[in-house]
Amino acid sequence: MSIRTITFDAIVVGGGGAGMRASLQMAQSGFKTALISKVFPTRSHTVSAQGGITCAIASADPNDDWRWHMYDTVKGSDYIGDQDAIEYMCSVGPEAVFELDHMGLPFSRTEEGRIYQRPFGGQSKNFGEGGQAARTCAAADRTGHALLHTLYQQNLKNGTQVYSEWYAAELVKDGQGNVCGVIAICIETGETVFFKAKATVFATGGSGRIYASTTNALINTGDGVGMALRAGLPVQDIEMWQFHPTGIAGAGVLVTEGCRGEGGYLINKDGERFMERYAPNAKDLASRDVVARSMMMEILDGRGAGPDGDHVFLKLDHLGEEVLHSRLPGICELAITFAHTDPVKEPIPVVPTCHYMMGGIPTNVHGQAIKLSAGHEGQDQFVNGLFAVGEVACVSVHGANRLGGNSLLDLVVFGRAAGLFIEDALRQGMTQYEPSNDDIDQALSRVRRWDESQGGESVASLRKELQSTMQNHFGVFRKGDLMHEGVSKLAELRERVAKAHLEDKSQSFNTARVEALELDNLLEVAEATAIAAEGRRESRGAHARYDFPDRDDENWLCHSIYDPLTKQLGKRAVNFEPKTVDTFQPKARTY
Amino acid sequence: MKVSIYRYNPDTDREPTMKEYDVDTQGKDLMVLDVLNLVKEMDPSLGFRRSCREGVCGSDGMNINGKNGLACITSLSSVAPGVKEGKKALVLRPLPGLPVVRDLVVDMTMFYNQYEKVQPYLQNSTPAPAIERLQSPEERAKLDGLYECILCACCSTSCPSFWWNPDKFLGPAALLQGYRFLADSRDTATEERLARLDDPFSLFRCHGIMNCVSVCPKGLNPTRAIGHIRSMLLERGI
Ligand SMILES: Cc1cc2nc3c(=O)[nH]c(=O)nc-3n(C[C@H](O)[C@H](O)[C@H](O)COP(=O)(O)OP(=O)(O)OC[C@H]3O[C@@H](n4cnc5c(N)ncnc54)[C@H](O)[C@@H]3O)c2cc1C
Ligand code: SF4
Ligand code: SF4
Ligand code: FES
Repeated sequence: MSIRTITFDAIVVGGGGAGMRASLQMAQSGFKTALISKVFPTRSHTVSAQGGITCAIASADPNDDWRWHMYDTVKGSDYIGDQDAIEYMCSVGPEAVFELDHMGLPFSRTEEGRIYQRPFGGQSKNFGEGGQAARTCAAADRTGHALLHTLYQQNLKNGTQVYSEWYAAELVKDGQGNVCGVIAICIETGETVFFKAKATVFATGGSGRIYASTTNALINTGDGVGMALRAGLPVQDIEMWQFHPTGIAGAGVLVTEGCRGEGGYLINKDGERFMERYAPNAKDLASRDVVARSMMMEILDGRGAGPDGDHVFLKLDHLGEEVLHSRLPGICELAITFAHTDPVKEPIPVVPTCHYMMGGIPTNVHGQAIKLSAGHEGQDQFVNGLFAVGEVACVSVHGANRLGGNSLLDLVVFGRAAGLFIEDALRQGMTQYEPSNDDIDQALSRVRRWDESQGGESVASLRKELQSTMQNHFGVFRKGDLMHEGVSKLAELRERVAKAHLEDKSQSFNTARVEALELDNLLEVAEATAIAAEGRRESRGAHARYDFPDRDDENWLCHSIYDPLTKQLGKRAVNFEPKTVDTFQPKARTY
Repeated sequence: MKVSIYRYNPDTDREPTMKEYDVDTQGKDLMVLDVLNLVKEMDPSLGFRRSCREGVCGSDGMNINGKNGLACITSLSSVAPGVKEGKKALVLRPLPGLPVVRDLVVDMTMFYNQYEKVQPYLQNSTPAPAIERLQSPEERAKLDGLYECILCACCSTSCPSFWWNPDKFLGPAALLQGYRFLADSRDTATEERLARLDDPFSLFRCHGIMNCVSVCPKGLNPTRAIGHIRSMLLERGI
C-alpha cells in the first residue's frame, strides 16, 4: 500500500504546553517543523491546569532560591526523581517563566508589579527548615489556559505549521529500530499520511482515562505511550499514578491545590480538620500522596461524608467572597456547575481522583528517548530520531510523586530544551532514516485491522471494563493478590480488544475510528501500569501497598523499567549526581 | 427522554436530517455532553467534538434548543422546562453560520482566520528585561473579562453581522481578543492595531445586538470590548 508522504525537519506530536513550547523553539530557528494535534491546540488538556507554575522567581520572597525548590522536588519524588534533571528544571525555570511573561502570559500581579506566587503543597524555604514557601506563579486559577493560549499565539506569530485535528496512529521505524516519523490520519477527511522527519517529538500528554474516575480530559488516552510500547520501546515508573486529593466527588472535575494554598482546608463528616493528625506541620499542604492517603483513611475509618460515606469536604467559605472571587473565580464556577455547591457558602465534596502520570517514556534532559540496552547497564542508549517531552515523558523530575505546579514548569523547561537540542542537531546535520515499504506497511497494520473488522464487541463497552478494572485493582491503596487478579483481567481484555469491532468505516470526521485507536493505547498503558505496580514490591510516593507498607531503599531506590516485548519489569539507576549542588541523600519523608 | 440530533455525513447523506433518540437518563440532571456520550454508546457514528468536559477547552459549542452553548456545562434542567423530565425534546444542532463537516462538527476555519487577523499575540518593541515586565495589579485587572476566552465560537455564530459578512466583519470573539492586546500595558503596538481595524467593516459592522453577550459561556462581554475599541478609534481620529 502506498500513501502520501510529507517531509519535515522535525515533527511534534501534541499541541499542549510541552509540544507548543518545543515547536515554537524550532519554528523560531527556521527549521521546517510541523505540529500535529488530534484537537485544535488550545483544546489540549494543558488548558485545564488551574493553580499555577512553580518556580523560584523570587517575587513572593526576594530570597527564594532554586535550590530550595530542588530540595522540595527531590523529597516530593520520594527520592527517585533524577537529581541532574531536577537541578536543570529548577535552575533554568526562572528564565523559562520570564519568557512566558514576555510572550504575553497574563500572570496575576503583586503590588510591586511582579508575578503573583501562591503557596502549594510540599513547598518549603531553606531546605525544609524555613517553613512554608509561596512559589507557584499564577494567572488567577486559570494558569494552564493562559499558558496554552499564549503559546499558541506565539506559534501563530512565528508561523509554525499546524496540522490540527490529525491523529497520530503509529511510529514508523526502519529495520534497525531508528524512528523515521509517524503515520497520521486527517480526522476531517480520513486520509492517512506518512509524516517523515529527522526528529519526531512526542508531546502527547497523560493518560488518566485508563481510570474510571479522573480529572483528565476525555482525550487523555496515552497515545504516545501506546505507540512507544507497540514499537517495542520501554516505559519507566509507569506504576506511579498521582491521585489528586480534591477531585469533585462524582464528577471527577478538579479543584486546584491552590484552594488549600489560599487557606482552604479539608474536613471529615464531623467537621474535623483531620490533616492536623496526619501531617502536623504542613497539614493540608503536605505532599499530594500523603493528603490523598489520609483522606482515604478517613473514609475507610467511617468518617466520610454523604449517604455512602464516600467523600470528605474542602472548606473555603472562611476565606470570604472577595478572595474567592478574585483568586479562585474558576473554582467557584466549577463547584456551582459540577457540585451544585457555592464555595462562598458551603464546603465542596471532594475525593482523591486519578490525576497525573509520573511515569512515561524515559528520556534525558534533552528529551532524547532512552531504550533498553542489554550489556550497557548504567550507560544510556538512545532511540535515534525519537524525543519525548511533557507528561508523556519521564525525565524524571517527578519520581514517585509530582509536586503541584511542577508539571507546567516541566512542560516549558523541557519543551524548550528539546527544541534547543534538536535545533542544534539539525544544524550539525541529522540523519533522515528511511523506512522500507514493509516498514510503513507494518505501521499501518493496526489501522487496517480496525478498518477491516467485521464484528465483535463495541469499543465503548470494552473501554468501560478496562477503566473499572484499573479503578478497582490499582487505586490509591494496592495489594498483591488484587493486582494479580487485575493483571489477568487485562490480559483477557487484550484478547478481546484485538477482536473488537469498528462499525463505522466512513472517512469524514470519523470519531468512532479515533476512539477505537485510542482504546488500543489505553490498553497498553493500563497493562504496563498493572505489571509495574505488581512488580514494585514496596511503598513509595504514590505507590502504596498494604502488603509492602514500607519504602525499601535497599531494593527499590531505582526506576522501574517495563519492557513490552517480554512484559518484564527491570530496574534503572536514579541519578544522584547534580552538577552544581551536593546530592540530596534519601531520608525519611515527613510533612 | 427524547433527543433530536442534526445528522449529516457527507460520505453517505445527500442532505441533513434530524434523528430522534430515546435516552435513559434515569431522571438525572445530566449535562448535555453526558447525554451525547450516551447516544454515542448506542450509535457510535454520531460525530461531535469534546475534550475537557468542564467548560474550559471550547470544543463542544453547539446549538442547544435554539441557543448556542457548551454541551459539557449545560445541564438538562437549564435548557428549557420539561427537557429533563422528557416532556420536551432536547434538540441539538451544529453552530449556525459555519459549514458543517459532519453531524455537530462545524468547519471553524473562518472563525480562526478572523482571530488571526487581529494579530492575537503580544507585541513589544522594547528589549525584554532580565525578569518579567512589571505590570501593576490595576493594569492587569484590565485584562480580566478578556483573556479568559476559550475560542468556542458560540458568540460569533450567534451574531447576525457575522452571518452576513464573515469575510469582512471580524466578529465578537476576534474583536474581544483584539481589545485584550490593546488593553495590555505590556503591548506597544496600539497604533498599528487600531489602524488595522479602522475600516467600515472589520469593527463597525457591529450593531450592538448583544447576542454575543447573552450566549458567552464564560460570561464575557464582547460588545463592551467593541465599544472600547470604537472609542479608541474615535479618539485617534480627532
Ligand atoms: C485538571 C488539571 C489541573 C492541573 N493543574 C495543574 C497546575 O495547576 N499546575 C501544573 O503544573 N500542572 C497541572 N496539571 C497537570 C498538567 O496540566 C499536565 O500535566 C500538562 O498540562 C500536560 O501537558 P502536555 O503538554 O504534556 O500534554 P497535553 O496538554 O495533555 O497535550 C497533549 C497533546 O497531544 C495531542 N495528542 C495526544 N495524542 C495524540 C495523537 N494520537 N495524535 C495527535 N495528537 C495527539 C493532543 O491533541 C494535545 O494537543 C493539571 C492537570 C489536570 C488534569
Ligand atoms: S453586539 Fe455586535 S458582535 Fe455582538 S452579536 Fe451584536 S453585532 Fe454581533
Ligand atoms: S467570547 Fe465567549 S462565546 Fe465568544 S469565543 Fe470567547 S468564550 Fe466563546
Ligand atoms: S468539552 Fe471542553 S468546553 Fe466542553
